Amino acid sequence: MDFTLDSETTALRDAVRGLLSKAYDSSETRREVTTTDPGFGEKTWTRLAELGVLGLPFAEQDGGFGAGPVEVGVVAAEIGRVIAPEPVIEAITAGGIVADLGSAEQRADVIGRLAEGTLILGLALHEIGEPVTATQDGDAWTLTGTKEPVLHGARADLLVVTAQTDAGLGVFLVDPSADVERTGYRTHDGGRAARVTFQGASAQPLGEPGDASQRALDQAIARARIAYGHEAVGAMETALRTTTEYLKTRKQFGVTLNTFQALTFRAADMYVSVELAKSAVEWATLVLADDPDRAVEAAERVRVQVGKASRHVGQEAIQLHGGIGMTAEYSVGHYTSRLTAIDHWLGTGDELLASLAGQVTTYGTLDPLPE
Amino acid sequence: MKLRLSPEDAAFRDEMREFFTTKIPQHIRDTVAARHELSKEQIVESVQVMNAAGLAVPNWPVEWGGKDWTPLQRHLWHEEMQLAAVPPPLAFNASMIGPVIAAFGSQEMKEKFLPATANLDIWWSQGFSEPDAGSDLASLRTSAVRDGDHYVVNGQKTWTTLGQYGDWIFTLVRTDPEAKKQAGISMLLIDMTTPGLTVRPIELIDGGHEVNEVFFEDVRVPAENLVGEENKGWTYAKFLLGNERVGVAPVGSTKRTLAQAKTANAERIAADPVLAARVASLENELLSLELTALRVVAHSADGKPHPASSVLKLKGTELQQAVTELVVDLAGPLSLASGAGDGSEVPDWARVATPQYLNYRKASIYGGSNEVQRQIIAKTILGL
Ligand SMILES: Cc1cc2nc3c(=O)[nH]c(=O)nc-3n(C[C@H](O)[C@H](O)[C@H](O)COP(=O)(O)OP(=O)(O)OC[C@H]3O[C@@H](n4cnc5c(N)ncnc54)[C@H](O)[C@@H]3O)c2cc1C
Repeated sequence: MDFTLDSETTALRDAVRGLLSKAYDSSETRREVTTTDPGFGEKTWTRLAELGVLGLPFAEQDGGFGAGPVEVGVVAAEIGRVIAPEPVIEAITAGGIVADLGSAEQRADVIGRLAEGTLILGLALHEIGEPVTATQDGDAWTLTGTKEPVLHGARADLLVVTAQTDAGLGVFLVDPSADVERTGYRTHDGGRAARVTFQGASAQPLGEPGDASQRALDQAIARARIAYGHEAVGAMETALRTTTEYLKTRKQFGVTLNTFQALTFRAADMYVSVELAKSAVEWATLVLADDPDRAVEAAERVRVQVGKASRHVGQEAIQLHGGIGMTAEYSVGHYTSRLTAIDHWLGTGDELLASLAGQVTTYGTLDPLPE
Repeated sequence: MKLRLSPEDAAFRDEMREFFTTKIPQHIRDTVAARHELSKEQIVESVQVMNAAGLAVPNWPVEWGGKDWTPLQRHLWHEEMQLAAVPPPLAFNASMIGPVIAAFGSQEMKEKFLPATANLDIWWSQGFSEPDAGSDLASLRTSAVRDGDHYVVNGQKTWTTLGQYGDWIFTLVRTDPEAKKQAGISMLLIDMTTPGLTVRPIELIDGGHEVNEVFFEDVRVPAENLVGEENKGWTYAKFLLGNERVGVAPVGSTKRTLAQAKTANAERIAADPVLAARVASLENELLSLELTALRVVAHSADGKPHPASSVLKLKGTELQQAVTELVVDLAGPLSLASGAGDGSEVPDWARVATPQYLNYRKASIYGGSNEVQRQIIAKTILGL
């Protein structure tokens, strides 16, 4: 058992931190970037690709760098520290499905371009009404129906789309430039999403529809939940640090606010929440690396812990700042907005607690270490 | 980064599990598992079995019976002990005064006390708190005045846990009334059979006799029983209290209590989604706490308490209390039957539920109250 980063991973972290803290040197810079479409920095995206970030978890023969969940987590935490708006986790999640289900050709094409930074890969999962359906005619497949919200769906060059088939769940690659209508909009956290309607759009199947597709999707969501957990922890650490700095400098009643124990105790409780969430996230990352069969459960546990912590820390960060915390000009509110977005994407803690609750009587004590 | 224990650590864990589940007398483990009070004899027997195997004081220097273990191994020892329902070695001996004597006592003092302390041939009590000195311990007033080869001690200690069994008591006393608070304090070891020393019981809300008041009236203590130097007691006390915080996150025993509660109520929990969600939420928090403990262990170099150990005390006791609360809720109206005797159909776990719940309110008060832990986090970690 070892919770320390090796020197290569530390170097990766430092490189990503260097890049992102330059790109987002202030809350104002991030606001400017997120105000104009596509809502993130295309140059920053290219630089992330140059560092190898976008191909991290993929096999080298597919054009990736053969790293694992630990490295992805380190990058995600750095994204969280400055709440960088680049859709790295989204692209890597979609890429992971291609890696798991795609043919050698599909993998080399999609992952190669993703890793080079020349492809924005989107993932279309959510539906509001009727499910998107896939129809087969000979070797050709077409998709019909609407996905919404699709993160960065209007900007994406290629979409990974889930759809119903006669044989169960299918996963498809769709080039959105033909027979797809896309309406993009801003999300509350400065990101982008879209309504994406497939009008008999031609689609390439990734593997066979059915159980294997469902399993790949479950694993992909587990990986995404854990990566978002890292992003959330990075964001919470910044929100807490910003808050403690403020308590040390803001004066009321002739003294700095850290004179008031009612406030410092609340900051201490925020710290406890962040540390517990961080422990859960680090654990799940190692489970993913070591014991993938347990990854779905571990990811659910992360959601529960991180969701609770995100709300606590996000709400208190604003409250302990008073009015300034409410403003768009100041940073903490944006962190709370981002934490809220993460919390509601891919299942809230409460939803996943319900899933864990169904299992509690099937084992005795819960042991975090693999046997 | 990796999660799996190394083969050596996994073997170590198995060895501990084997020892605790086969070598500690079953009646002792049953008493702990049933959440009943242990007798003095049971506590002593358990420690002596451990000590004979060299497992009672692994945190001590090797020359006095300690082990050259890694922090992780020490953690595994402690967890396996709790999971096996084995009572931890008496903290006053093993975690508190033993390490202090080993670090600061004279050679004679070490030889006189350490072997007997490890083996619980001497039962130590902790005489720190006073009626007017709780969280603000340095305001203590019990005085020790030098008179030839002796100190003459006058004053009162309180909350003395299991003082009724105590052979010796380690005390903080004021030796220099002129110096500023912390500077005038010394640590003195006192034989509890010395004339002038009286122990009076305090009954707690669960009806138990766990703590006492200890009165000192012209108690004459040989000067050789001074630990280290005069007026340096506060330094030793800080060392001791730092160690106290480390062992205080009761993860394993809380997990065990929760597992027992699930077994006793499996059908109800499975049928009630709100109850099941409460259990799942507690388990998730406990898992996160256990991992935090492992992270602290992994990062605690040179045996000094890691600042995040305050998180372990704070959250560990909150979860310990939350599980005792859950058990009362599971017992429902049966939880009132704490006095039921033979012939009653109320299961034993339900009878002890409320006394345990009430008793464990102590956990967030002693060992540095949870408010004190928040203060430590705010000051030393967050710089507030
Ligand atoms: C069951 C039990 C066993 C014990 N065993 C022993 C023993 O064997 N030996 C021994 O020496 N002592 C023992 N203690 C004493 C224990 O260490 C003290 O109770 C503890 O230090 C708190 O002191 P107090 O009870 O005087 O409360 P106080 O210090 O008066 O505190 C009252 C409340 O105010 C809070 N508070 C105090 N100061 C601050 C502050 N600065 N900021 C914010 N909040 C604050 C406290 O957290 C608490 O909630 C035991 C206590 C209990 C309950």
